Amino acid sequence: MLRYVLRRLVYTFATLAAVSVVAFLVIQLPPGDFLTSFSAKFAEQGGALDSDALTALKLRYGLDQPWYVQYWLWISGILFRGDFGESFEWNKPVSELMWDRFGMTVLLSGITLIVTWIVALPIGIYSAVRRYSWLDYVVTFLGFLGLAVPSFLLALALMYVFSRYFGMSVSGLFSPAYVNAEWSLAKVGDLAMHLWLPVFVLATHGTAALIRVMRANLIDELYKPYVQTARANGLGEMELLFKYPVRVALNPFISTIGWVLPNLVSGAIVTSVVMSLPTAGPLLLSALLAQDMYLAGSFILMLSALTVIGTLISDLLLAWLDPRVRYA
Amino acid sequence: MTDLAAPIAAAVPAGRKLAETGQWALIFRRFRRHRLAYASAFVVLGIYLVALFAEFVAPFSANTYNARYTYGPPQPLQFFGRDAGGELRFMYVNGYKMSFDPVALKRSFVVDQNSVNPVVFFARGEPYHLFGLIPWDRHLIGPADPSQPMYLWGADRLGRDVLSRTIHGARISMSIGLVGVAISLFLGLLLGGMSGYYGGWIDEVVQRSIDFLKSIPTIPLWMGLAAAVPANMDPLLVYLWITIILSLIGWTDLARVVRGRFLSLRTEDFVLAARLDGCSKQRVIWRHMVPSFTSHIVASVTLAIPSMILAETALSFLGIGLKDPVVSWGVLLKDAQSILALTTAPWLLAPGAAVVVAVLALNFLGDGIRDAADPYA
Amino acid sequence: MRPIPMLERMSALPVTAVAQPEPLVTVRDLKVQIGTDDGLVRAVDGVTFDVPRGRTLCLVGESGSGKSITGRALMNLLPPSGRIAAGRITYTDRAGEAIDIGALDPRGRQIRGLRGKDISLISQEPMAALSPVHTIGQQLVPVIRRHLGLSRREAEARAVEMLGRVGIPKPAERLGNYPFEFSGGMRQRVCIALALSCQPRLLIADEPTTALDVTTQANIIDLLQELQREYGLSILFITHDLGVVAEIADDVAVMYLGRIVERGTVDEIFADPRHPYTQALLKSVPRLGAGRHTRLAAIRGMVPSPFDRPAGCDFRPRCDLAIKGLCEIEDPGTITLGPRRDVRCVLQRTPSTDSVVTERSTSHA
Repeated sequence: MLRYVLRRLVYTFATLAAVSVVAFLVIQLPPGDFLTSFSAKFAEQGGALDSDALTALKLRYGLDQPWYVQYWLWISGILFRGDFGESFEWNKPVSELMWDRFGMTVLLSGITLIVTWIVALPIGIYSAVRRYSWLDYVVTFLGFLGLAVPSFLLALALMYVFSRYFGMSVSGLFSPAYVNAEWSLAKVGDLAMHLWLPVFVLATHGTAALIRVMRANLIDELYKPYVQTARANGLGEMELLFKYPVRVALNPFISTIGWVLPNLVSGAIVTSVVMSLPTAGPLLLSALLAQDMYLAGSFILMLSALTVIGTLISDLLLAWLDPRVRYA
Repeated sequence: MTDLAAPIAAAVPAGRKLAETGQWALIFRRFRRHRLAYASAFVVLGIYLVALFAEFVAPFSANTYNARYTYGPPQPLQFFGRDAGGELRFMYVNGYKMSFDPVALKRSFVVDQNSVNPVVFFARGEPYHLFGLIPWDRHLIGPADPSQPMYLWGADRLGRDVLSRTIHGARISMSIGLVGVAISLFLGLLLGGMSGYYGGWIDEVVQRSIDFLKSIPTIPLWMGLAAAVPANMDPLLVYLWITIILSLIGWTDLARVVRGRFLSLRTEDFVLAARLDGCSKQRVIWRHMVPSFTSHIVASVTLAIPSMILAETALSFLGIGLKDPVVSWGVLLKDAQSILALTTAPWLLAPGAAVVVAVLALNFLGDGIRDAADPYA
Repeated sequence: MRPIPMLERMSALPVTAVAQPEPLVTVRDLKVQIGTDDGLVRAVDGVTFDVPRGRTLCLVGESGSGKSITGRALMNLLPPSGRIAAGRITYTDRAGEAIDIGALDPRGRQIRGLRGKDISLISQEPMAALSPVHTIGQQLVPVIRRHLGLSRREAEARAVEMLGRVGIPKPAERLGNYPFEFSGGMRQRVCIALALSCQPRLLIADEPTTALDVTTQANIIDLLQELQREYGLSILFITHDLGVVAEIADDVAVMYLGRIVERGTVDEIFADPRHPYTQALLKSVPRLGAGRHTRLAAIRGMVPSPFDRPAGCDFRPRCDLAIKGLCEIEDPGTITLGPRRDVRCVLQRTPSTDSVVTERSTSHA
């Protein structure tokens, strides 16, 4: 077990390193030096950047040096000083802008993931056990529909319905009164009131996918000889179902976290833009459009790190649940 | 398989001449029993035909505008009514009555039940070149009098016909799926095949790359890459870039399928037999192994197209994929992004219905093929 | 398939028809139907046999002959699409009471009380017959506790004892192991331990040796015979391997297309097969000392689909001895040759046996 954990950890670190290189390269892709756009921006605001300041920035980010030196300067700043660089759009350190937004993304994704599981698991089991019942057909069809409707479209449709028929504005995560308020119980309550709709929108896709996964896994297991063995030893159907096939089918289900989480984070970005949620999405989008490279790169890095670490957790969970993985 | 299932398995072929029926005929027979998948095949075919003949099918071109009809609501198609002259019309739409609110400075439309604009098939309308070659001016459906408005799905901000734009958008949105999947398929077959056939370190490298690519959340990566596409680039090149960016992730699933099949087939008796019979490596691969998993590939490809379509829609919707002069479903939906526009003109969501129908049909189709492809499932 | 040590067997067991005690299980005209996409299959179509106490009955047949379904029916453990359509399966329990197994609710308490306690099953695939994510102990102990009402500690002790009995070294340690940590033969031993842990009276062994290599096969069969002697166990042994039959069977029933075509003691079947199918099966077994140049006989044709059973005798299309104008028209019916010996073939009709033929209408097929 320990060896497995260590190996997974090494993989995770290697992946994180590779992710950081990709994130860096992606923000380097746009043509032109970001300093050009920076000084253009500065000029726009009425001040010209003197050549001293330019040289200082060049030195700080190693802009006259090859990309791997620049990369090293960037990543070492993050690793050793927690310095994600400067946002030129906002004239603030990236870390100041990022953590709140990133925290909201983690919260939203986490809650959605839990809701997805809680909903998908029992429905998937029911669908598999009562295969070809009318409820199975309904669930299967809704599942297909859930997979076919892009989350932003669902968000738009719901926003329209709420504003048209209930006169409610459902964007954002807080009521205006709480947006800038300090954290308090009342603010948390307000957040909970706003959270359910984004969670619903985001969970639709994943739930539909997971129901199908659980259903297929369980159907595979239901007719395996070991279930027959248990039945031949006099176990009752319910007891048998939960003790054996569900337990075995749970393993691939757990490992779906590896791809549900990246999808969720992706979906959250688009949905957040539509519903103007204070998560990473809208800020990342505006940063990309403005070529605010350190802000955008940091978001890409952190969001990828979130899913990589999520995958690690699911792998460890799987190893804990499935002896075959543990001893492999 | 246990003996328990043997009598059932033996009974599976509806016809009794299993041995005489080819693989594809068997798959097709099983496929046809999936009613939903079979029907979806026709829907998909229909959508692609519409995309192919967009100029003809759409009543107007994608960019025909009329500022008079900004945000004009949909005029539902009516049948059998009398026009002002008392003449019976088979098919018509009601015209608009316009009113202007001087306080809110807003124009509002009401569909006028009294005015009747006849609608005909093969209407003479704007001239176009079918496939860019054949000049023609007939449209499948259109107003008998081309100067009269006919907005079956409503009009957008510039008074363009949402239905026509959706039909034209099908061309980009549906083809991006095909082109993207073609690129994915090439990469997937190549890398997955190498990975599965050679094994060893090649397999290790390819597998780790797949793991890596899959662990990155796609949208941020796509966003980063798409944002790097220069804004002033030729639309055709942008289209190509976006497709390549989408395929960058898309190939991983196909590679997995191919590799898995190669691995399991490598140890199958019939492959061993072919090898022992002295077949060349090429022959073993192309004559014996590939045919036995083509059906799986077809299924995976069909299932990969909708995710491509969804991805393009999402990127264009965010404004970092395809941009305005190009018409795709995502670009169209971008108009519906603000809640303000949406409350004024909810019909701007109509292209979304096209997305849902296309994706749904492709998923049903792919699922049906996958189930049919596995004769022992 | 292994050569049959036939002569040895024949001398070892004298053919005596002693008055038998009442059989443990009697099966009378059992019919099982299975629903498929293409319609109902008569997987078992009127079989009649007894499972005698303390002896081994072998059900022999090709795959698809309905032998496994017959075995499952004895526990009322059919696949969801299957059902017992007719016939009686009577089991005499420890108190001497007769229970009609087929009439019980397949999910009910009563049949579940019998499964694993009175009637046990070991199946063909030791690799898949145990849950991959539970330890051996987690799978053995609850069964023992349920059926014997023991405490956890007692049940564990019993599990260890059983594992030791079936020849697993260091049984106490291996209780915490997972199935994938055992070899195929060892896993089958675990399955046997699981099946016999509550001292059942009937063991249904569904091709328990098919997936194993030859040496392991022999070990498992020896073990089963040992346990049979020790516990006075009745065994219903289902197999297609005549070599195994010769080794373990006391009585044999040969099945073809859902019917028993011949029944008798193992010596009668091997020494004097009456049905052309049995004869053909025996010819298709390689023999020691048959000479290098003899060709192995094969039965021509294929088992017909259950959807088009041939008219008349089921075996007629593949039978070398078929009589034109008779076999394709008339169902042979069961011809009784002795107290526990019968055959379904018109060739066995003699004027004296004609009277005991259970007549069947020809329209049946």
